[in-house]
Amino acid sequence: MLEVSNISKSFGGFRAVSGVSLTVDTKQIAAVIGPNGAGKSTLFNLITGHLQPDSGAVRLDSRDITGVPPYRICRMGIGRSFQRTNIFPQLTVFENLQAAFLVHYGRGRNFWSRADALYRDETDDLLALVGLVGQEGTIAGVLSYGNQKQLELGLALASDPAVLLLDEPTAGMSAAETHETIQLLQRIVAQRGLTLLFTEHDMEVVFSIAQKIAVLHQGRIIADGRPEEVRCEPEVRRVYLGHRLMDAQRQ
Amino acid sequence: MTVAAKKKVLRRRVATAAALRSRAISGRIPWTLVIFVIMATVPWVGSRYDTFLAAQITIDALFAVSLNLLLGTTGLVSFGHVAYFGVGAYVCGILMKTYEVPFSLAFPAAGLGAALFALISGYFCVRLIKLYFAMLTLAFSQIVWAIAYKWNAVTGGDQGLPEIPYPNLDWMSAIPGCGDLSIGARFYLLTLVIVAVSLAAVHRVVRSPFGRVLTTIRDNPERAAFLGINVRLYRLAAFVVAGGLAGLAGALYGIFSRGVFADYVFWSKSAEILIMTILGGIGYFWGPPVGAAALVWLNQVITDYTQYWSFVLGVILLVLLFGFPGGIVGGLDLLWQRVKRLRNA
Amino acid sequence: MGGLTTAMFLFLIASGLSLIFGVMRIINFAHGSFYMFGAYLAWQAVQWLHPTGGRFWLAALLAAVGVGILGAVTERLFFRSLYGREELYQLLFTYALVLILGDAAKFIWGTDQLSVSAPPALAGSVQILGTTQPLYSLFIIAIGPAIAFALWWVLNRTGAGRMIRAAQMDREMLDALGANVATVYTVTFALSAFLAGLSGALVTPIQSIVPGMDVLIIVQAFIVVVIGGMGSLWGTFWGSVIYGQVLSFGILIFPGFSLFSVFALMAVILIVRPWGLFGRPL
Repeated sequence: MLEVSNISKSFGGFRAVSGVSLTVDTKQIAAVIGPNGAGKSTLFNLITGHLQPDSGAVRLDSRDITGVPPYRICRMGIGRSFQRTNIFPQLTVFENLQAAFLVHYGRGRNFWSRADALYRDETDDLLALVGLVGQEGTIAGVLSYGNQKQLELGLALASDPAVLLLDEPTAGMSAAETHETIQLLQRIVAQRGLTLLFTEHDMEVVFSIAQKIAVLHQGRIIADGRPEEVRCEPEVRRVYLGHRLMDAQRQ
Repeated sequence: MTVAAKKKVLRRRVATAAALRSRAISGRIPWTLVIFVIMATVPWVGSRYDTFLAAQITIDALFAVSLNLLLGTTGLVSFGHVAYFGVGAYVCGILMKTYEVPFSLAFPAAGLGAALFALISGYFCVRLIKLYFAMLTLAFSQIVWAIAYKWNAVTGGDQGLPEIPYPNLDWMSAIPGCGDLSIGARFYLLTLVIVAVSLAAVHRVVRSPFGRVLTTIRDNPERAAFLGINVRLYRLAAFVVAGGLAGLAGALYGIFSRGVFADYVFWSKSAEILIMTILGGIGYFWGPPVGAAALVWLNQVITDYTQYWSFVLGVILLVLLFGFPGGIVGGLDLLWQRVKRLRNA
Repeated sequence: MGGLTTAMFLFLIASGLSLIFGVMRIINFAHGSFYMFGAYLAWQAVQWLHPTGGRFWLAALLAAVGVGILGAVTERLFFRSLYGREELYQLLFTYALVLILGDAAKFIWGTDQLSVSAPPALAGSVQILGTTQPLYSLFIIAIGPAIAFALWWVLNRTGAGRMIRAAQMDREMLDALGANVATVYTVTFALSAFLAGLSGALVTPIQSIVPGMDVLIIVQAFIVVVIGGMGSLWGTFWGSVIYGQVLSFGILIFPGFSLFSVFALMAVILIVRPWGLFGRPL
């Protein structure tokens, strides 16, 4: 479904991403992991059109989407959450999600109707799905971090994507919150038949839901395959220093 | 700005938004209708001078609301909004004075002319980041000024276009009560109706899906793009609408002040309208009109006592910046929130 | 004034504006007001030092220092509290200063034109290349590059200067390194004001001191900095030269056109290369 071929990007002299190739099959759950600075966010930005690659291509269902501007990539069916929570701080939670629906259903050019009245049911459903019922009237900017992450997920889902890219969905969460998020993600992915590609630092999350893992180090893929295979790769263990960490996850 | 600074700005803005969330200051009384009626009675109840002031407030209100469509709704800081005001004023003035075109044609032409210029200049402006956007709007505005100042043949150069004729308002004698009104008073009533209709339209637009999209662009353009919004296109649309409305305000102003002159288009006028908008409160639809009324009134009062109006304006601006970032309406709303809390306690 | 004199004189003023922008990322509209105050203070100093005129250099220095102090005080008392706020509010603050300082000058010195005579050493004119040039104009042309080099030296060869350049490049890093960023800001603001005041003082022999000179000059300084590149010293220098040439040739070729052409040039630069000829993309 999503295919990245030999993509590279340098900033000045610094090679952020170097000849990365990655394939995610339809309805697959894939993870990209790697130490900080490995190039994960850059890779995501290259896929979603926020950055232009120096070379290489990105294909969605065999359509070349390399360097297509983000707003068009979104319309093609890719949804994304961002590492630093990226919501609309002065709008309420309800308005945040409602706005996403307004755009998704092409009402953006409507000068005349009352925005308040549109897509209320869809917004309520989505609120329930991401677990924000009761927070409709809260201004998004004052939400707790966890709630903002939920809203972030909601915004990504509102445009009914086929492929979901999540950049560190459980960053900064407690163990309990992480657990809830994993369950939520699994439910949503199963319910909607989504293809999921995410990056994470939390190995528990990665190994519990990923069907395929790619390991990024200094801009290059050093391992790519099923979790059991990747876990045993000596290169991966070396890069991650704490291979004790990987052992601990096995339990 | 540093990350920490950005967070602080956000927290403050969000806290303000949270506190000031109540929609209607009072849900039961249709305040806008009341104010419209009050203003409509000015020619009979007040003096000729009062009518003059009311007309100024009305026109400035439209101008300020058009700016707030950019500033408060879309998050675009324009330092050159007076350019479109000026284009509208000159187009209407030239058509009516030099070519004797009737107001009913010259007025919409002014709006269209201003909108067209906004389309052309906006195309270049919206591709730039915040700071350069502001600077380019200023550059275009000064270009308009330079043309107005020097193109003697068309714009009258530094002499301007004095004695713009009033439109033919004889038909207003048919309306009961209007028979005795002077042409100036009649034009004021016409202006009031035009502005009221325009404001109602803008209000509708701001509450529409299009308006909602603009607010997402204001809050987080990166996120808006990843909802599927072509941010540049929407910004341009807002720019054109705002420009057109400013042009209409300019056309009215030219007739109202019986002349169109180059210094209407100097950048200090942009600053003045910006202050007016922020004084009223950019977070509220009715903020700018309140700011317009406040500033026009203050100007009249202060200039009676002293020639140092600029100094006073500067101090007002300081007080605003340091004490009341939400403007007058923001301050009133905060007060209302406190009153409500006391009542409920 | 010849094109080159205009250019160097504009450089003197614009250098401070560019410096402030480079470090604090704001356009200081009050820069023109500081310039105007420099001129008025120089006139005032001349009145105090010697009732019948004289002691030009001392007066100019006092005026520049006076404005520098004004800048430092403004920054510490008011501007500092606006740092966390949006740039729009900071810009509006500088505009409030323009309004206040403008009327303050009118209040203190009235609305009549004032002037200061050139120091005796530079009062005459000289024959160069077949034309007669006032000595003072030549002085201005000479002092432009001199100040440019002096500034370059301060920014690149002194500790304080290097801090200022570091703040220009990466504020957060500087803060993380433990440098007192607040002091850097105050010093930058004061230095910028000093430069404005100095230019105001130095221009008095060739331009009369009138209300409104603040507004007239800030627009020109602004254009110069846009063309040359905000925050770039050499950009400001060459920007002034280009501006001076465009203006003087424009006046010769098509008098009505020169006003339009400088703003059009500014617009073109912003469209094609917003960070100016020598600037860096933000």
